[in-house]
Amino acid sequence: MEFTCLSKGRGSHFPPCHILNLGGIKILLDCPLDLSALTPFSPVTTAFYALPSLEEDKVDANNDVGSMAVPAKRQKIENQPDNKTLIFAEPWYKTVMNLHLWNPSFIDVVLISSPMGILGLPFLTQMKGFSAKIYATEVSARLGELVMRDLVSMHKELKQFYGPTETDFPVWLRQEEVEKIPSVLREIILGKDGTELGGLRPLYSEADVNDCVLKIQKLKYAEEVCYNGILVIKAFSSGVEMGSCNWILDSPKGDVGYLSNSSFISSQVAAFDYQSLQGTDTLIYSDFSSLNSTEDVKDEENESVQLADKLPMSSHGLVGLYHNAKEDSEEMEKLAFICSCAIESIKGGGSVFIPINQFGIFLQLLEEVSKAIDASAMKVPIYIISSVAEDLLAYLNIVPEWLSRQRQERLFDGEPLFDHVKLLDDKKIHVLPNIHSEKFWMHSREPCIVFCSHWSLRLGPVVHLLQRWHKDPKSLLILEGGVNPPQLALLPFKPMAMKVLQCHFQPGIGLRRVRSLLETLQPKTLLFPEEFRPHISFPSEKFRSVLYYSEGKTSKVSCKDGFELKIPATPASNFYWNAFKEQEINLARVNGELIIENARYHLLLDNTEKNSNGRTNSVSFRKPELEKLLATFSNFGINASVEHQKMNSESQIQCLIHTADPYKAVIEIGTSSVVITTAGENVASHLYKALDSVLKGN
Amino acid sequence: MAIETLVLGAGQEVGKSCVVVNINGKRIMFDCGMHMGVSDHRRYPNFSLISPTGDFDTALSCIIITHLYCINTLFLRFHYFLIIKISHSLILYSYIFFFGIICDSHLDHLGALVYFTEVCGFHGPIYMTYPTKALAPLMLEDYRKVLVERRGEEEQFNSDHIAECMKKVIAVDLRQTIQVDKDLQIRAYYAGHFTLFEYLTLILKVLGAAMFHAKVGDSEMVYTGDYNMTPDRHLGAAQIDRLRLDLLITESTYGTTIRDSKYAREREFLDAVHKCVSAGGKVLIPTFGLGRAQELCILMDDYWERMNLKVPIYFSAGLTKQANVYYKMLINWTSQKIKDSYPTNNAFDFKNVCKYERSVLDTPGPCVLFASPGMISGGLSLEVFKRWAPFENTLVALPGYCLPGTVGHVLMSKPPKIELDPNTKIDVRCQVHQLAFSPHTDSKGIMDLIKFLSPKHVILVHGEKPKMVSLKEKIHSEMGIPCYHPANNETVSVPSTVYVKAQASDAFMERCLKPNFKLHKCSSQELSIKTLTDKNIVPELQVINEKAVFIVEDKSKKLKVVHNDEVLVMLGEKKTED
Repeated sequence: MEFTCLSKGRGSHFPPCHILNLGGIKILLDCPLDLSALTPFSPVTTAFYALPSLEEDKVDANNDVGSMAVPAKRQKIENQPDNKTLIFAEPWYKTVMNLHLWNPSFIDVVLISSPMGILGLPFLTQMKGFSAKIYATEVSARLGELVMRDLVSMHKELKQFYGPTETDFPVWLRQEEVEKIPSVLREIILGKDGTELGGLRPLYSEADVNDCVLKIQKLKYAEEVCYNGILVIKAFSSGVEMGSCNWILDSPKGDVGYLSNSSFISSQVAAFDYQSLQGTDTLIYSDFSSLNSTEDVKDEENESVQLADKLPMSSHGLVGLYHNAKEDSEEMEKLAFICSCAIESIKGGGSVFIPINQFGIFLQLLEEVSKAIDASAMKVPIYIISSVAEDLLAYLNIVPEWLSRQRQERLFDGEPLFDHVKLLDDKKIHVLPNIHSEKFWMHSREPCIVFCSHWSLRLGPVVHLLQRWHKDPKSLLILEGGVNPPQLALLPFKPMAMKVLQCHFQPGIGLRRVRSLLETLQPKTLLFPEEFRPHISFPSEKFRSVLYYSEGKTSKVSCKDGFELKIPATPASNFYWNAFKEQEINLARVNGELIIENARYHLLLDNTEKNSNGRTNSVSFRKPELEKLLATFSNFGINASVEHQKMNSESQIQCLIHTADPYKAVIEIGTSSVVITTAGENVASHLYKALDSVLKGN
Repeated sequence: MAIETLVLGAGQEVGKSCVVVNINGKRIMFDCGMHMGVSDHRRYPNFSLISPTGDFDTALSCIIITHLYCINTLFLRFHYFLIIKISHSLILYSYIFFFGIICDSHLDHLGALVYFTEVCGFHGPIYMTYPTKALAPLMLEDYRKVLVERRGEEEQFNSDHIAECMKKVIAVDLRQTIQVDKDLQIRAYYAGHFTLFEYLTLILKVLGAAMFHAKVGDSEMVYTGDYNMTPDRHLGAAQIDRLRLDLLITESTYGTTIRDSKYAREREFLDAVHKCVSAGGKVLIPTFGLGRAQELCILMDDYWERMNLKVPIYFSAGLTKQANVYYKMLINWTSQKIKDSYPTNNAFDFKNVCKYERSVLDTPGPCVLFASPGMISGGLSLEVFKRWAPFENTLVALPGYCLPGTVGHVLMSKPPKIELDPNTKIDVRCQVHQLAFSPHTDSKGIMDLIKFLSPKHVILVHGEKPKMVSLKEKIHSEMGIPCYHPANNETVSVPSTVYVKAQASDAFMERCLKPNFKLHKCSSQELSIKTLTDKNIVPELQVINEKAVFIVEDKSKKLKVVHNDEVLVMLGEKKTED
């Protein structure tokens, strides 16, 4: 087994990407797109038409982002990144660079672990020779499709603005142009040493998306699918996002677990099903989210001890309910804080803009904000502006099987799964496909709350909204997640007068839990990211083998030796055993067929073949002496004549014995075998007995 | 090793499904139904046979309710297979169900569940699919009310019991593999179609229909709740064709009627309703709240849309309204056609269906009213019937079979007067239309399934004895498969397959996985290409070595599979030499 980490990803929107070679089957784990790399590109609104000629606005950076601390790192004196240094061109999208080093036609299986892991897939599926089988959970596939469609429709706007390009190679990618980009931005798009240039691609079309979605085989949690008979694939809930999953791959050479971004806190989606990952031969740990969070390492030791007791090894049931009330309430506190900020801003006469990032958080915010509005007895319209919002909201209400127990209770109580269904009915939420709706601009003078895409602030309705409101000090922008400093994201909208609130919902296992989780899972071999080595140590008594992997390197993992076969036992009891005392073994010769089914080899014994054939096989490792044989034959009442054959290189037959009376048969005696050919099974067994007695008699 | 099947209910009879299967010490109860025709203790399965001491928690590993939720109509048939894999045995449990034969048939499958868990005290896991779990409490509550309030019986369980029982239920999704414990594993499958009304087929195909697969160690078993082998024979075939079944437990209620056009029936029904409302008459459709009502509603809503009718359709049952909420959320369990039209059009958002209010009864002008219960056995449907029956332009459309003793049954003979009780007589001048009952899967359906699966053994349950016997004969003579039809409380034991594990040598695997296609000159007609060709052996011998392997048993009783050449090496000097 070989494992190659292609990319360790950046946050929840850009999950890690790996290639696994399992007994000759090449498996690609996720195919994401780094949308945070859109930051160096300029968004397009009517206000930007004249922007390059605008006079420079000198605004104090501290005012820009309100109360936000820590200015962006500016290492060199060269070009300061400002709104004029952005790239004015149709953006290209950053795929996983290392993936392009692989021939797509050699990939056999693609596994998609989360809706975000699908975004780069159309690039792959449209490549020549790509024929891999793609597996994703139903919900991941559907949500991923919606995100891709949204992306394509938002990108259309940019395409219309810039018009058709003359060459395939855009001007901004030329060496001299690239050098003009401020290093902070250049690093985002091209990587530290500029090598990630090769991963950039112009966006796929809607047709590519459709084509890609059709190729996906959709799974449920814990569904077993078999690839080519040799690989059984199962997805288990990872508790992060609707449809996100971890994988178990079962092959005749042992099973492999893939632990993607997972979370114990899942108030919305089905709980993290870690029990199903227990006791695998190999476990690939690939939750990098913990690295970004700064947790107190000292705390970790104490907590992990406590946690080991807490993790239940439940004997039955879907998933053990491990729930940390503290963290759960932390999340709720964050949400409550956001809501209170939003309400405050509304009360002050400003509007609130929330770019949609993670669906789970979006839905929770939607519910909490509408509750808070109800509680404050204000009438504030909530808008959701996205080309796919209607489909998305409708879809989310029909996936009870994928949600947390609390949500499922709503189903059994006969209530809609999410509040938005009721809010839509009550006309408290307005869903608009785009910003150009009259309905929106008519009412938008009053304070309102707008959820819209895209969180990179480079695409979609949010660009227009920010352009219109960025000078309004009463309004509030709530940025959720994102990996680049907000200063960079907000660059095109400077000077900013509106308030900005940035919050982090970083679902992940958490550094302090990683070890206790892995102790619970008990893999025989653990593949662990090199980056974590300083943070977590594994005691050798509990972890027999830990291998550290790093980006771009291939690690080899040893597999089970030998092959295991399953043989149906009922016919097996009829084996004709030949005992060899000296070697202390019994030997039986059988006819059968080897088949691979559900990642296991089966030897199906074939009893009928022998009968129809008229030949009997057995084994013995002495050469019968001819004279003795003939004597025995005559004892058995068989007339036999010997026909000697010449020895030659091709033939190993030494002699032939013909019997005519009472049965017709040919007995071939070779250097290493004796073959009896007759018309019937009975005759053959009769002759065989005679032969056997000679062989045994010696 | 053996698989023991204890039939607690539906053995040589119809109703009260309950089968306990014991494989390798894992006991699984399929269904927990009650008999509707009996009112004494025989109504429930004889649970004491599972455990005389009443310690059901150790005696049973789990309960699986296969018949997800069903309806008292003739027309809905659900399909699901349950595969149970325990050690090396495979069992398939299958069911074809005709809802018209007994009313309240859903209770055949889960009627006794509450009694068993709450009164008898079983605390183990219970598995149902999501729609079943959502709809079962409605059904049970409805039934409890019928028993207690209408029949005036002493209540066996109360509403709290139902709620408590439902808490123990674990909902499963289709194709999800559930690890019940270390050894036992079950899985529900989508399985095939049900037909009759093609249109309806498309709609409600799988709401609640599933096929279960269970596994203990290497043994597998399939339980099919209901299946259909008629024309479009999908059967979820891809999912179960790899199984090597030891046992198939199948339901054997079957009709002999030949299938006729469902479109014609559908058309006939709609025409009758249309004719009535265009003449200004009122239409009463007595029906239970679930399933059938939704079907007819979708049918009529669509028809109204096409014909641009403005006549209001009313839905009386609160139950129905509640059920519609579930349907809307569980749309993934319906047909592809409905799913595809979502979210632009949710088939359960009826455009022409209005909420029923009492004032409707006396409002002049045409209307259509769905009123519960079916068969006009009481409640609103009887009240409306009393009021509307004397008018000639009224139509009463009976969408299902009516039990003898109900007004619906009497009505079918179109009498001029119906006597409800000595004091109440109703003049019946209205028209009556009955949606005919047409079971269309006959024994051929079962035979096809058995042929397709070719299990090693078949057990028939849930059917009338004479039909079972003839079917049994047929299975035995045509396919040579041993077949049983145990009566209630009888146990049938069949052997199960056991596998032995063996290590295969690398050389053996190499030769098997990389076949040598080199052809030697050979005259033998037996030579086939996909052999384990051995270059060192002359052509004639090559045929013999085809597929031939050696199994070696060493002193520790471990088995090893090796290739021809290796045997000689293993035996070393003992090998015969010239």
